[in-house]
Amino acid sequence: MADSNTRLPENVSGAEELLADGDYVAGRDLATVVFLALRMHRPLLLEGEAGVGKTEIAKVLASVLDRRLIRLQCFEGLDLASAAYEWNYPRQMVAIRLHEAEGRAGHIGDSLYAPEFLIERPLMQALRKDDRGPPVLLIDEIDRADEPFEAFLLELLSDFQITVPELGTIRADTPPIVIITSNRTREVHDALRRRCLYHWVDYPSLEAEKRILALKAPQLAEQLRDQLVAFIHRLRNLELFKSPGVAESIDWAHALTQLDAVTLTPDLINDTLGSLLKYQDDIARVQGSEAARLLAEIQAAA
Amino acid sequence: MSESRLADNLLLFCRTLRQAGLPVGPGQVIEATRAVLETGIDRRDDFRVALRSVLVTDIGQQRLFDQAFHIYFRNPRLLERMMGLLLPTLEQEAPPPEPDKAIRRLMEAMADDSKAESDEVIVEIEREGTFSRREVLQHKDFEQMSLEEQAEAREFLRHGVEFLRELPTRRFRPSSAGRRYDLRRSMQLMARSNGQLIQLARKKPRTRPPTVVLIADISGSMTRYSRMFLHFAHALGLRSHAVHAFVFGTRLTNITRWLADHDVDRAMHKVSAEVADWDGGTRIADCLERFNVDWARRVLTGRSVVVLLTDGLERDSVSDLAFQARRLQRSTSELVWLNPMLRYDRFEPKAQGIRAMLPCVDHFLPAHNVASLLDLASLLESRYSRTARFAA
Repeated sequence: MADSNTRLPENVSGAEELLADGDYVAGRDLATVVFLALRMHRPLLLEGEAGVGKTEIAKVLASVLDRRLIRLQCFEGLDLASAAYEWNYPRQMVAIRLHEAEGRAGHIGDSLYAPEFLIERPLMQALRKDDRGPPVLLIDEIDRADEPFEAFLLELLSDFQITVPELGTIRADTPPIVIITSNRTREVHDALRRRCLYHWVDYPSLEAEKRILALKAPQLAEQLRDQLVAFIHRLRNLELFKSPGVAESIDWAHALTQLDAVTLTPDLINDTLGSLLKYQDDIARVQGSEAARLLAEIQAAA
Repeated sequence: MSESRLADNLLLFCRTLRQAGLPVGPGQVIEATRAVLETGIDRRDDFRVALRSVLVTDIGQQRLFDQAFHIYFRNPRLLERMMGLLLPTLEQEAPPPEPDKAIRRLMEAMADDSKAESDEVIVEIEREGTFSRREVLQHKDFEQMSLEEQAEAREFLRHGVEFLRELPTRRFRPSSAGRRYDLRRSMQLMARSNGQLIQLARKKPRTRPPTVVLIADISGSMTRYSRMFLHFAHALGLRSHAVHAFVFGTRLTNITRWLADHDVDRAMHKVSAEVADWDGGTRIADCLERFNVDWARRVLTGRSVVVLLTDGLERDSVSDLAFQARRLQRSTSELVWLNPMLRYDRFEPKAQGIRAMLPCVDHFLPAHNVASLLDLASLLESRYSRTARFAA
């Protein structure tokens, strides 16, 4: 693409269309924050239950904007060496030996910390120019990383730069599109929150979830789809240990498609409950009479 | 709306939010203005979401924001007047209370206890050496302690938690005794000595205190112990910053934020003011369920220890209690149950609630005096020194 900005939306409706192009069913509020993140060059912090489609937003943005997607999966103990940069120690070692062998004058330290010895990790890569335009940087599940890593991110998120003590500050010419997700297994620090636009991604409405399933599991018959969505929405009201997310409803829709199901029955639900609920306590609670009761409610309402 | 009028309005709105308790900084006000200029103000919902994305930093603040928005932008004058009415009370609260005042207020809050004490025997302590006094204190039941003694016990506890040892993390720090080589630092040393390798630098894991999650029963039968336990929680929190504290009677309350106050008396005062179900009945199963559903995944990590303080005297049905306790035990690496009833030597778990919960806990300890809390500290210590050996 000649101009990488041609696809950036001009207004909130543009952002809605952009997400729709990527088969992402988004409410107006999500489209608004995505639009703002793109326009204001601010990182977007998405919080929400697991499986509501937070990570998917970054993937969709990368694909519809035709940008490179750089993904950093967080984990405890994630450090600079695996997130931002590392020095190439073997090459440095060779350089030292060469320096000695050739009997060159001057201090080795000056040439040892040159850019060619730097191994770039995701965060550093995201600051680099890309032919297709600034990349999409996905910092996934930030709540799994620890506080020191959050503190390190602050410089990157406010100024889009990383300081390498031996080399200097590396800054992005055009800031990347940064999407940060959190499942809230731990509270993210205020300092980081304040540098981002914040949005809580909620479970979709009944209608939105039907549209999602129509896009993601098109083979599923419409009547079954309506039943399935109604059932899942009732499950979410049950206060389970882990309510099923959108990812689970898509899984379930696929499972039902594979089984050539035409309508929900108590037996069918019991047999496939494992694709919806992931804790034995929850399964034990819903299986059998509770599932039959919910199903009867849906049939009565239909 | 002209741009300057919009800016004025936003400024006022942000002030309103701040007074309502949202931490809105000046930088955020500027960002909010930018956001609104980007989205435009044609659609009320876009306007609201744009402001919210900048001014709200946590889902917990969202409802407050939405309500404030709703009222303010329907009729800004109305809200101003409302805030005007609220203002005097807000300002009265603003200056931090004097320490001695805080203590006095705490005394008032605890006045019920001192009344109850008048029919109890108050044991006089010999004022010889501090050491022997501590000896006496260590084995005194909290129920018999005077306020003065309680203060001393608190003091002792604060030193007692020095027992807690730290946990290794996956981060490293330089150490000549470490087992791993620190290539980055080695290379820096070589560069400094112009290519000469003098000695490889080493590193070892950094350590961090364990996360302790305290859940205390504050129902009538537990009052004295739970207050003591809160002091223990506060002292732990001051040292390690990795403490989550909850109290429950008939409902579960997260008191971690209030305990964060450095002044122990002020922290206690905040807790007693905010928690509504002191000294009432108890619904253990319900409260454990609330913890499991609302908090377990947010505060428990693989290395946290849950310390539950309750006498296990469930007033509702006990059928659900075992289930919830089991659920809790599976979400944490260790569940410690402190039960003041254990102080009776021939205590037998006859109450149904106790019998239901007992198989679900990893440790069952007494918790009626300073010595027993120190037992807890050393239990935590032994556990972590063991982990440390494996992880090194």
